[in-house]
Amino acid sequence: MLLAVADSLAIDLARFQFAFTISAHIFFPAFSIGLASYLAVLEGLWLFTGRDIYMRIFRYWLTIFAVTFGMGVVSGLVMSYQFGTNWSLFSDKTGPVLGPLMGYEVLTAFFLEAGFLGIMLFGLKRVGRGLHFTATLMVAAGTLVSAFWILSVNSWMHTPAGYGINEAGQFIPIDWWAVVFNPSFPYRLVHMVLAAYLTTAFVVGAAGAWHLLRDQGSEGHRIMFSMALWMAALVTPLQIVAGDMHGLNTLAHQPMKIAAMEGHYETRRGQPLHLFGWPDSTDGRVHFNVSVPGLGSYVLTHDWNGEVKGLDAVPRKDWPNVPLVFWSFRVMVGIGLLMLAVGAWSLVARLRGGLSEARWLQRAALVMGPSGFAAVLAGWITTEAGRQPWTVYGLLRTSDSVAPIAAPAVGSSLAMFMVVYLVVFGAGTFYILRLMGRPLTGSDEGPDPSHPQRASGITPGLVMGAKQTSGTQEAAKP
Amino acid sequence: MILDLAFVWAGLIAFAVLAYVVLDGFDLGIGMLFPVLGDDANRDTAMNSVAPVWDGNETWLVLGGGGLLAVFPLAYAVILPALYPLVIAMLLGLVLRGVAFEFRWRTERGKFLWDWSFTLGSLIATLSQGLMLGALVQGIRVEGRAYAGGWYDWLTPFSVMTAAALVTGYALLGAAWLVLKTEGSLQTLAFRLARRLAFALLAAIVIVSAWTPLLDAQFLTRWFTFPAIVYVAPVPLLTAFAGWRLIASIERRRDAEPFLWTLALFVLCYVGLGISLYPKIVPPSITIWQAAAPDTSLLFLLVGAAVLIPIILAYTAYSYWVFRGKVRVGEGYHH
Ligand code: HDD
Ligand code: HEM
Ligand code: HEM
Repeated sequence: MLLAVADSLAIDLARFQFAFTISAHIFFPAFSIGLASYLAVLEGLWLFTGRDIYMRIFRYWLTIFAVTFGMGVVSGLVMSYQFGTNWSLFSDKTGPVLGPLMGYEVLTAFFLEAGFLGIMLFGLKRVGRGLHFTATLMVAAGTLVSAFWILSVNSWMHTPAGYGINEAGQFIPIDWWAVVFNPSFPYRLVHMVLAAYLTTAFVVGAAGAWHLLRDQGSEGHRIMFSMALWMAALVTPLQIVAGDMHGLNTLAHQPMKIAAMEGHYETRRGQPLHLFGWPDSTDGRVHFNVSVPGLGSYVLTHDWNGEVKGLDAVPRKDWPNVPLVFWSFRVMVGIGLLMLAVGAWSLVARLRGGLSEARWLQRAALVMGPSGFAAVLAGWITTEAGRQPWTVYGLLRTSDSVAPIAAPAVGSSLAMFMVVYLVVFGAGTFYILRLMGRPLTGSDEGPDPSHPQRASGITPGLVMGAKQTSGTQEAAKP
Repeated sequence: MILDLAFVWAGLIAFAVLAYVVLDGFDLGIGMLFPVLGDDANRDTAMNSVAPVWDGNETWLVLGGGGLLAVFPLAYAVILPALYPLVIAMLLGLVLRGVAFEFRWRTERGKFLWDWSFTLGSLIATLSQGLMLGALVQGIRVEGRAYAGGWYDWLTPFSVMTAAALVTGYALLGAAWLVLKTEGSLQTLAFRLARRLAFALLAAIVIVSAWTPLLDAQFLTRWFTFPAIVYVAPVPLLTAFAGWRLIASIERRRDAEPFLWTLALFVLCYVGLGISLYPKIVPPSITIWQAAAPDTSLLFLLVGAAVLIPIILAYTAYSYWVFRGKVRVGEGYHH
């Protein structure tokens, strides 16, 4: 019999499987949340100004959105069953609290997105302008609502509130308001939504930059590039402030996560701020460190001599993987600072001669294209690995959450996921890159008010078709 | 609590699963029929007929799973590990087919690959669902609050039979959908396929119905003792009627009727299943009341469901309405 009490290998495999599938998933929401809002803005601008160029940019990104969204849906479907297949004890215990929140996500967000997606993608010729714009807005709203609920769920696992525990050992809801708006949720929601907007801004900016580098004259590419860099310049500072507040909140509720992020092994006054270094949990020190004395205490307590708890405040078995948390945090913050620099640079470039002349800025924006994804992933790794060894912080251990499935079974399903995901999402990423590689020339036909409702004849292929004639055709024949 | 919340929720989850089965049923069916649809133009048309709605169809599966976690967490925590390999296979199948909707338009050279991914993904997902159905009906071994059976308990002649039945059923739904949505040579082809599949499905229904009561004494008493038999007799009688109307409507080349009668067959089989299993959510041991989350959880989500499900049904219906009518062969991507 392959079914057994979970051993530690099975736990690690289950963790890795979860980490792998959710990391694959988060790429798509990070992009589709931002892109959906961007598309809504573009269509709004088109309706408002009547300028065809906005519809052209809209259509350009709409195809890319369709491909991204499809991958988001299928990878998300996997997530909603992973809780049961790999974390069944967790599901049994937290289901009464977390299940309804995910239920609300399905009812308020997923159906909304799915119901209007068809019209958004394929309905350009079938409904009037107003209705089409409504569909786009609904899809954009759906992605944000979805982020609201799933981040509430996730935040509850970090900072549980409003619950009781029954005889069967299940968490039971006592105060729904406290459950949903648990202490870390507002911070995480703001930080993640801004992260999605930044991710999208840098992708759009990179596509604009790529085409501007080849052809400075195109108005559409200039608009894309400029819109993206306004986002970068305005949102990055907000994101950094939000991240700082998020960190202070975490200090209040999960001090050991902060200790791991900062590499603080001992509790003391005047903690240093390690810029770089190699945390070593066996020795309990940070080797090769480059540090500013006292700054750690100052950042966290606003007092150069404030006391900050170190990992020695709790038993070793309650420590997270310190180097992982320490480094992923630095990757995220480092990228944030780079984004800030690019945003500032774009403001300077605007003052002197404009963006389309700024070749080096365009090159920098091109390189920064994937940076949002890297920061999002690094941020999530900080957050999730920093929560270990708990699934519900301080209450339910990861080792008590796992399903009774033996290592060989988890291992083989993990291998299958890896193979299928690499092939499928690899191909999808390739198609997206190829779509972004084609310049903006396509059709700028919008929803046509003269025949808003054709009696029959379904035309999903039309949108694709229009795009295929507009450059994909060549691109499709490599 | 005056209202039996667990009962209400069992009804709602059952509804979500049924909605999933019939809605995703036809698009999975089209996936499985893909290789026999003749030329590429036909495949494009068939794909276009479901592209605007497939995501919504699949969302019912998310509601079924998410709902189970929310209101019957124990059932979720027992069933998913018990059917682990099937669930994983189903998910991977759905990944493979879901991406094909977009990917096959993005490449000329690789198009055939995504056609196969669509077909195989649909087949794997359907087979897994059929095996799960069989496994659930024949019963899941439980000790305490966890699954206590072995790795391959789900694999029996009975579950293989239910899997074959479901493949046939979904393929029939797919063929009937094509009859409804297409015209010309593709529709003629769909009529031919539908006719064969209809006979095959009726045979499968007879076999599964005769087999099920032999699995468990409860099923036998539900169906064959007096006075129960009086109440349940309409189910097989109506099934026979629907089967007859289905075949007749295919013979008469009706557009919409074959799809509607196939739906009727699915609903009746589902009701029959409900009669056999109720009130067990994990047969043979866990009832809906044992698996239910506390009333606070059930009520909190019920308030939302009561308001939102009608709204969801309304805009889903609207989106089907926007895309109503026939899909013309070759329309769209030739522009
Ligand atoms: C901050 C945002 C965010 C995060 C952290 C997650 N998701 Fe997600 N998810 C979305 C944001 C999102 C989205 C933007 O709303 C998607 C992306 C594309 C789409 O269809 O909706 C989505 C799709 C999506 C779908 C498909 C919905 C459909 O059929 O339309 C499911 C089932 C899930 N997700 C489930 C999960 C689970 C169980 C997660 C955690 C373990 C998770 N998501 C993390
Ligand atoms: C540069 C300044 C930044 C600071 C100080 C900062 C701070 C933080 C902190 C403290 C956390 C962990 C919170 C916790 O687990 O309790 C976090 C998580 C995260 N960060 Fe950042 N961050 C910054 C920049 C960014 C950027 C630029 C992005 C992406 C574009 C990003 C994306 C994320 C994500 C996705 C998470 C995980 C979700 C969450 O817990 O909010 N961060 N950040
Ligand atoms: C979406 C971005 C997310 C990413 C990239 C992410 C990443 C990770 C990683 C890397 C781990 C493994 C941690 C370790 O073992 O050290 C993990 C575990 C886990 N995460 Fe997340 N996570 C994300 C969001 C979520 C959300 C939204 C939820 C809940 C709804 C969640 C629930 C869990 C659970 C249940 C585990 C497994 C148990 C554990 O090892 O803690 N995660 N995740």
